[in-house]
Amino acid sequence: MRDFDAAVIGGGVVGLSIARGLAGQGLRCAILDEGDIAARASRANFALVWVQSKGMGMAPYGHWTQRSAAAWAAFAEELRAETGIATGLRQNGGYALALSEQELDARRAAMMRLHNQPGWDAIPWEVQDHATIARAMPAIGRDVVGGVFCPLDGDVNSLRLFRALHASALARGATYLPDMPVQTIIPQPGGGFLIRCAGRDIAAARVVLAAGLGNARLAPMVGLAAPVRPQRGQILVTEKAAPFLHHATITVRQTDEGGVMIGDSKEEEPADTRTGPGIIAVMAQRAQRMFPVLGGLNVVRTWAGLRVMSPDGFPIYDQSVATPGAFVATCHSGVTLAAAHSELLAPMIAAGRLDPTLAPFSARRFDVPQAA
Amino acid sequence: MYDVAVLGAGPAGMAAVAELAGQGGSNGARVLWLDENAAAGGQVYRGIAEPLKLLARSYRPARKLFEAARGTDAEYIPGATIWHLDPGATLGFSVSGVARMVEARRVIIATGALERPMPVPGWTLPGVMTVGAAQTMLKAQGLVPQGRVVLAGQGPLLWLYAAQAIAAGAPPALILETRPAGNMWRALPQLPGFLVSHYGWKGLALLRRLRAVPVKRAASLRIEQAGDELRVTWPRGEALADHVLLHQGVVPHVNLAQAAGCALEWREDQACFTPVTDAWGESSVPGIAVAGDGAGIAGAEAAECSGRIAALAALYALGRIDAAARDGRAVRWQKRRAAWGRGRAFLDALYLPSPAQRRAAPDAIACRCEEVTGQALIDAARAGATGPNQTKAFLRCGMGPCQGRQCALTLVETIAAARGVEPSKVAPLRARNPVKPVSLAEIAVMPVSEADEAAVLSRR
Amino acid sequence: MFRRLRESAPIAFTFEGEAVQGRAGDSVAAALLALGVRAPRDTAVSGAPRGPYCMMGVCFDCLVEIDGVANRQGCMVALTPGMVVRRQRGKRDV
Repeated sequence: MRDFDAAVIGGGVVGLSIARGLAGQGLRCAILDEGDIAARASRANFALVWVQSKGMGMAPYGHWTQRSAAAWAAFAEELRAETGIATGLRQNGGYALALSEQELDARRAAMMRLHNQPGWDAIPWEVQDHATIARAMPAIGRDVVGGVFCPLDGDVNSLRLFRALHASALARGATYLPDMPVQTIIPQPGGGFLIRCAGRDIAAARVVLAAGLGNARLAPMVGLAAPVRPQRGQILVTEKAAPFLHHATITVRQTDEGGVMIGDSKEEEPADTRTGPGIIAVMAQRAQRMFPVLGGLNVVRTWAGLRVMSPDGFPIYDQSVATPGAFVATCHSGVTLAAAHSELLAPMIAAGRLDPTLAPFSARRFDVPQAA
Repeated sequence: MYDVAVLGAGPAGMAAVAELAGQGGSNGARVLWLDENAAAGGQVYRGIAEPLKLLARSYRPARKLFEAARGTDAEYIPGATIWHLDPGATLGFSVSGVARMVEARRVIIATGALERPMPVPGWTLPGVMTVGAAQTMLKAQGLVPQGRVVLAGQGPLLWLYAAQAIAAGAPPALILETRPAGNMWRALPQLPGFLVSHYGWKGLALLRRLRAVPVKRAASLRIEQAGDELRVTWPRGEALADHVLLHQGVVPHVNLAQAAGCALEWREDQACFTPVTDAWGESSVPGIAVAGDGAGIAGAEAAECSGRIAALAALYALGRIDAAARDGRAVRWQKRRAAWGRGRAFLDALYLPSPAQRRAAPDAIACRCEEVTGQALIDAARAGATGPNQTKAFLRCGMGPCQGRQCALTLVETIAAARGVEPSKVAPLRARNPVKPVSLAEIAVMPVSEADEAAVLSRR
Repeated sequence: MFRRLRESAPIAFTFEGEAVQGRAGDSVAAALLALGVRAPRDTAVSGAPRGPYCMMGVCFDCLVEIDGVANRQGCMVALTPGMVVRRQRGKRDV
């Protein structure tokens, strides 16, 4: 007798999105999570639902992102109806602001390269000058020379999303098991898995690895690979202010509660999740140049999170050939992709087989020898 | 680069600075001395430069210490809000809206205590303050609340303030004592130590002066707005008040130590988190010491001793004195600290609020900044949150400007009870830099390296 | 209300545009309490009225606008002549 139809390892935004989807498919689903202190990207993210720059080097990732962003409105409404929690979704278009002509040129060139990829589905975007942006965002500073606007971009209240996913998964019958760090996963003869945790063993027909950086250790136990590494990103957040930033930008956004979030750095080989005063200062400088009024706001918190990065930066979705019933899902855009994970990926896992459209995301892509 | 940075100018900070200077002036160490307040003395000796007449006698012993510390060549900067400290002993602080970032070889954190939260329903209403707040106004401005003043809670400070208010001609209308009845039995084994301690005669003299004030016992209470007045209700009665002053003890103010990475441990006898320190005050982070009540509540006199001891350890670490000199000079302070510690155990046991008093009632606000109730915490725990950090992600508790100072312990105790585990099994709420709000413009002008620039600009 | 045990030099300032007086040695929060202002702010979350609670810089319930700067801790700022003090109403404006 197995305890669960599926065990999702990881109680962050990725794991909860999948678990919620699996429970919605009628599976008896367990979410195995760590405790109060853990490296949780879900508690440290920047909460963008972001499309404009996604997919350079892998067109299917761009398309997957676009599908998720397009599904987000209905997804948010469903979460609200199930849990009473509004996720604060705002998809009124977002900006990548440039503080010099050089930055703007680089941004424009990147967008062109993205769109010139073979097999790319065009998305709307445009380069706007200072005056045009100032009409939508009067708070921009003189140093903003222009920016890229994409009407598909937006943001969400990440903590309320986190809670709504949790509540929805529970409401759909999933079982949340905290303080259950997974030690080993043992495929059982005849199918199914025994998951050995610190204090308890769980038997499940399927196992879904959604443990972020933890996937690197867990995946080989079930014939999968998830070669992910941590990349540190720092964020600072101000006290609450009356609403004045009416669109999200890729590095500065105002939450619906009033605080302004400023991010994000990109640091390889991080030692820990501490923040560094120098990097915080650079972020503060740039944010103040983009929106000079930010200078007077008090910063109340800074934090660092560890992004879950694969070698090429794109997600890994895979199913095990050696031990059928084992799946892995790992990415660094769990918020943007929450709708896709819950509404598209989870039904595939419930059906026992990933759709061929997800084949490009297999970790087998890292096995291909690099061309000389 | 400073040799030592002393953070705080209460008894521990003043003593550390005095000891660092050595007898008869400087011993050559370059000392930075920061304090958030405009004048030295800390909370306990607030206003020591020009004390009120009714405080003058009790301040007299500290007066020498104050003058000794002020007479050193330490670079003393009052009015400094410290907002950053990291394990590399980089220190960020602001004075009048201008930030500075400096480095020190050794840091002595002497940030003292703050009052333990007393999350009863209605504790956020205007007109409700802490006893400590009223005492601060008495010491610093000579202001005493008028009208019907109800003191509610427990602990030495509550009785001390009541006596001071009587001496000031503004006796409280009522004292609601919330001390759990069983505490006396638990404290009894410590009574002989208390009676022979320095606290013993002080306490008895104090209680004699309070005979005129009605005292009622109440295990719990709530406060409501009643027109322009406040209504205080307890199981056996109610009273109308113009001011309600709450207090249930003091706990270490650990935010700065925590942000610097110092390990904390749960202290059962004082029901609070305390930085892990060795006999010299050294924390788990090399080079950072914690002295005074910030390292565990022991009182002002013991704080002076531990400030001296931490300073001697710093001088030794800097190579300014040898081990023999350190040990020799420390003996006196170690003895004195032990003497003051004898009476403390009795007070700790007598005035430890009950677990129920340390939790937020379902209809009470636990986090004042984000207005999160006890019930919301209980619900989050039932949904699977095992500690304050996951609960914070669910409810935003601890995310406001006070950065958990008013709710961190309440969160731990309330969640622990909802889960049916001991508070010691629950992690503390994380505290991060900046430990006090600081304007973005001030952060923006802090020094940056090329690597810092690259880490951010590579995003584009 | 509060009573003063000692008188010091008066300090003129304005609160909500009205000319008022504190005393030398007052913090802004203490001066307002002495004037009978019990709730100089309302909260950014629910708009509930709040007043100074700890008077030592740790509770952030005494927030006021001082000389045009919002969300300042009234208990940590010494009153000076001519200060322009206003209530802190909910979330600050930028």
